[in-house]
Amino acid sequence: MKSEFTLKLDRCKGCGICVNFCPKKVLALDTLGKVYVAHPEDCIACGQCELRCPDYAIFVDKIKEATSQGTENKG
Amino acid sequence: MTERSYEKYFRQNRLPHLWCPGCGNGIAMKAIVQAIENKGWTQDNTVIVSGIGCSSRASGYMDFDTLHTAHGRAIPFATGIKLSKPNLNVVVITGDGDCTAIGGNHFIHGCRRNINLNVILFNNDIYGMTGGQASPMTPLGKKATTAPYGSIDRPFDACNLAQAAGATFVARSTAFHVQHLVKMIQESFDNTGFSFVEALVQCPTAYGRKNRMAEPAKMLQWMKDNAVMKNVWDKLPEEKKIGEKFPIGLFYNSESETYDVAYKKVIQAAGGIAK
Ligand SMILES: Cc1ncc(C[n+]2csc(CCOP(=O)(O)OP(=O)(O)O)c2C)c(N)n1
Ligand code: SF4
Ligand code: SF4
Repeated sequence: MKSEFTLKLDRCKGCGICVNFCPKKVLALDTLGKVYVAHPEDCIACGQCELRCPDYAIFVDKIKEATSQGTENKG
Repeated sequence: MTERSYEKYFRQNRLPHLWCPGCGNGIAMKAIVQAIENKGWTQDNTVIVSGIGCSSRASGYMDFDTLHTAHGRAIPFATGIKLSKPNLNVVVITGDGDCTAIGGNHFIHGCRRNINLNVILFNNDIYGMTGGQASPMTPLGKKATTAPYGSIDRPFDACNLAQAAGATFVARSTAFHVQHLVKMIQESFDNTGFSFVEALVQCPTAYGRKNRMAEPAKMLQWMKDNAVMKNVWDKLPEEKKIGEKFPIGLFYNSESETYDVAYKKVIQAAGGIAK
């Protein structure tokens, strides 16, 4: 994985903007309408999702080690 | 992750904000704080003033000295701040209704007097807060609760209006073109005088639903497809400036004495103590 995701799910309103503008179709909305990372391995860390999220709920950082896991911050 | 540096400019206990899912106001609000950060302004020397509307709620989320004023009256309040404390950076956040309907006169006269303010208009083409009435910027033919057959009122181009009225910096960008929007706002901060930036933002709830674009991403895609950078726009033959295409970028920048400077001279001439 080239990227680390941080999701502030209490902020996410499920608008779908990040899902739509991800060039690699990495993201999806779950049944409760919150964003989740469906295909983390396809992420190219372009940051398009973070750029246009109107609610500052999704963050992508480039990482060096290939083993790091995504984190989820509910606070 | 490292916390994003712009988060410090938000009142964290007020987030998530109350704007609808997919509303573009959140994108424009972030663009403003990023421009403030890039410009090096601080929470102590910057004041945010807004009127009334969904867009004007932004001031409540921003951790500066903020004033949430009366509908259409943000510019008069901001004028008072600027004249009494000219060293403060004063940013006005307003909506298309707030700025060009009820506040239209304050807007043109603010431009005319070249008051040293930074006015950012969140243009969602509609009165969002009150449920979707047409504003003076609703495009021709678009539907609103007050225009069920499509608006027949010719809309204002707020950028042309600002320039004609005397603003010394005029630019437009969109919520899709985020980095460009930050750049336009930042450049507007560099201008000394009345600076105006129109930020197109999507209102999926009141405008999109009425106009077959309820999906926020579709509204952003529309901005992507129809916005044309000014340098390209200027070279386009008239027959290609068709459909819903519109220019974005810096339209006008000039120098002129600002109102606070002129006012200071009057105070001195009258024997008062200028600040
Ligand atoms: C004096 C006065 N008249 C009318 C209103 C009702 N009102 C509240 S917001 C609004 C329009 C807001 O539209 P806009 O400025 O475009 O902002 P938006 O909500 O779309 O961001 C109106 C008419 C009011 N609050 N005060
Ligand atoms: S853009 Fe933001 S608010 Fe919208 S679905 Fe994605 S993470 Fe959630
Ligand atoms: S009504 Fe429109 S402008 Fe108001 S919060 Fe909802 S989407 Fe945004």
